[in-house]
Amino acid sequence: MFSKLSYYALVAVIALGVSAAKADTEKEIPTLFDPITTTLDNGLDVVVIEDHRAPVVTHMVWYRIGAADERPEKAGIAHFLEHLMFKGTEKIGPGRFSEIVAENGGQDNAFTSQDYTAYYQNASKDKLPLLMEIEADRMQGLVLTDEAVGAELQVVLEERSQRTDNNPGGQFSEQFAASLFMAHPYGTSIIGWRHVLEKLTTQDAIDWYEQYYAPNNAILVVAGDVEAEEVFTLAKKYYGPATPKELPERSRVQEPPHLAKREVVMRDKRVRQPSWRQAYLSPVIRTAGVKEVRALEVLNTILSDGPTSRLYSKLVIEDKIAAGVGSYYDSSSLDPSSFVLYGSPSTGVELDVIEKEIHKVITDILENGVTEEEVASAKKRMLASAIYARDSISTAANIFGAALAQGEAIENVVNWPRQISEVTAEEVQAAAKRLFVEERSVVGKLLPEEK
Amino acid sequence: MRMTVPFLSKQRFYAFFCVFFVLFLSPIAKAVEIQQVTSPGGIKAWLVEEKSIPIISMEVIWKGGAVATPKEKAGLAYLAASTMDEGAGELDSRAFQKRLSDNAISLSFEANKESFAGSLKTLSENKDEAFHLFELAITNPRFDQEPVDRIRNQILISLNQKKSDPGSIAGRRWFELAFGDHPFAVPTNGFMETVEKLTLEDLKSFKQAQIAKDNMLVAVVGDINADDLAKLLDKTFGKIADKASLPNVPEIEPEGINGPVVDVTEMDIPQSRVIFGGAGVKREDPDYYAAYVLNYILGGGGFSSRLTEEIREKRGLVYSVYSYLSPFQTVGLHMGGFGTSNKAVGEAISLVKAELEKVRNDGVSEEELASAKTYLNGSFPLRLSSNNRIANIMVSMQLSNLPPEYLDTRADLINSVTMEDVKRVAARLMDPGKLVITVVGKPEGL
Repeated sequence: MFSKLSYYALVAVIALGVSAAKADTEKEIPTLFDPITTTLDNGLDVVVIEDHRAPVVTHMVWYRIGAADERPEKAGIAHFLEHLMFKGTEKIGPGRFSEIVAENGGQDNAFTSQDYTAYYQNASKDKLPLLMEIEADRMQGLVLTDEAVGAELQVVLEERSQRTDNNPGGQFSEQFAASLFMAHPYGTSIIGWRHVLEKLTTQDAIDWYEQYYAPNNAILVVAGDVEAEEVFTLAKKYYGPATPKELPERSRVQEPPHLAKREVVMRDKRVRQPSWRQAYLSPVIRTAGVKEVRALEVLNTILSDGPTSRLYSKLVIEDKIAAGVGSYYDSSSLDPSSFVLYGSPSTGVELDVIEKEIHKVITDILENGVTEEEVASAKKRMLASAIYARDSISTAANIFGAALAQGEAIENVVNWPRQISEVTAEEVQAAAKRLFVEERSVVGKLLPEEK
Repeated sequence: MRMTVPFLSKQRFYAFFCVFFVLFLSPIAKAVEIQQVTSPGGIKAWLVEEKSIPIISMEVIWKGGAVATPKEKAGLAYLAASTMDEGAGELDSRAFQKRLSDNAISLSFEANKESFAGSLKTLSENKDEAFHLFELAITNPRFDQEPVDRIRNQILISLNQKKSDPGSIAGRRWFELAFGDHPFAVPTNGFMETVEKLTLEDLKSFKQAQIAKDNMLVAVVGDINADDLAKLLDKTFGKIADKASLPNVPEIEPEGINGPVVDVTEMDIPQSRVIFGGAGVKREDPDYYAAYVLNYILGGGGFSSRLTEEIREKRGLVYSVYSYLSPFQTVGLHMGGFGTSNKAVGEAISLVKAELEKVRNDGVSEEELASAKTYLNGSFPLRLSSNNRIANIMVSMQLSNLPPEYLDTRADLINSVTMEDVKRVAARLMDPGKLVITVVGKPEGL
């Protein structure tokens, strides 16, 4: 039910390698969708992405509130409330919300991240007024009683078992993040620690809902076979009456200076293949500017996008020491997050060898930079990804909802392809030098039990 | 539904012979006009033109797949799928992958139990290069030692890791127990012992036996017209074998599924993983639509199914419980699963059985049937909302021997399901006394 979405992530779905390509500077640079936006008097931001290929619509409401906004002793409440948002209002009985959507041929669900909580329905376009009516109704009309909440906390605990406790990789990720973030709440998983989760109450959920669920803390995103003006009119009708609230300032405890490189080692008898990772505290646009972030996105592509990328071609193809290797960069979070390198060794190869060889690839970039050819090829694929992205209305809706909920300016999304196209090899090297500082990192090793 | 000749063919009828039909559909799928294209060389494809985005998606299925390989070669189809994009013709692995990435082309293959599939996605400006690389991969894959060993190594590591993955263990056990010595029991990804022994010769023979014209189905969606596609079809598929050479896989009757059985694989985890299943229906079964509607009501419908209501909503025993129909060609199956805390396994399985018993004895209510029909019909256009999805549906329709008009007749087929049909099918399929159940964890109460 939760996912950390980054619009850059869509690049990763195109499994391609890095290699030489001619720079297509003369070509027109696409935009990443063409959203039309407005803001209602009560503060609700509205984003419309028109796509007239099929007579369907995606309707989403995003709240600028997520797991990282919780107090530590209530960790998990954002996600718990997400579940409880289906428990009914004065108008719509417990459990009826999803039934109504289904009875109208629609599909619905919700998800929670560190930075946002979002609710969505996909349906035939003529159902849009109905979807707005019931979504607006639960923006402020939720009725939570112990009876309505029922066994939902047990459901969330089973969800935690399924995602985290049943799986050493899930448990390790949770421990690893706790070590990377020494003060910031990104160090606590979205679903929350079990011992804290077990103690959450209906009243906790009511408090959370009353404090944060308001039109001035939300973004309405509609994508599909609609006209923006019609959507704005409908939005005013259904969401206009919602009352804005005074919201607490959205600021989390930031990280202190990281002075010590950390290492986290976990052994578990369920682990049959060891794996290695290293996360570096990484910047976001708000802290480092657009140019720095785009340069790191290009760096990430050069390092790990496909079989011809730096890491895969060296460790997997050339040296045959790794079965898998790569990197990822969470560039769109509200607060500084992480740039992660990872690798799993071929049978019989020690993790230290993987670590050493990955570091060699990084050192080479720090000392010698990346080639013009690599940058051109990476940009070409990233720009193509902006065109491929247009094949999905839910992708469009997710990109804009997440960006706005994470404090991103909409121009930075739309102009992402242009910003990427302006990145230079020098900027990539300079950004890499600022990123790869060992004391701002954690090394993680997930190993089988010692024999 | 109206059958008509497309305007395109009238305007531009080139020297070659090119046949195609367009189907204009009623509002439910208004955006989807399926053209049936036949190339001069006789290659057939279904095409939906979509000019608004400059991309093209192609999905290709070859009947056959993992069941068409002998048990001692388990994993061969999977290894072939994972290595067919690792070099072809004059291009070695690195050169081939470089051509793909230089042009932002996505090309991949996939092995399924009963089919082998290829996917291609390209910007329309690079379509010639994209189809050419696809052609090379299916006509002249190199299967060089280096990439095959590299990919095999990755598969072995993943197979090893799966040995401690509860979902994977439960799934593999289920098929082993249900089908015994039948090839259907063999997992598509194979076993470490068999994958280790696969040879380059095996890969070449597999490709030769599997990739042919007579078992092939093609669907294309995007920024390309029928004439251009017809030309590309001949170039792309013209050189593959005319006929596949596939073994005859014996079909399995419902009585051939070895239930009932409850099988436990002990593992020290807090939540047990449970998979249950038994006989379902095949796609061409006259009861298919009734079974489809029935399954939606029982466990197919997201938050509104009976299983979710009883096991998740009322009791909080699971995060997710579901059921689905798997209409294979070899056998029709009705499957389901959930994860629940070890202490609740007995209770949750009893609840599943009770729901099967209840629907078997009493059928469903008028309201449930009506809601199911509204959902299944109303949500269908959502499955046609992107080029990729349309390509996938078109190739699946061909695999199921459905005509293009199916997009239009589907609603009537679902609407015609009666209370009696559902009851009959429930009595036929929903037999809690025959379930094959596999559990991984430390279950209590069994």
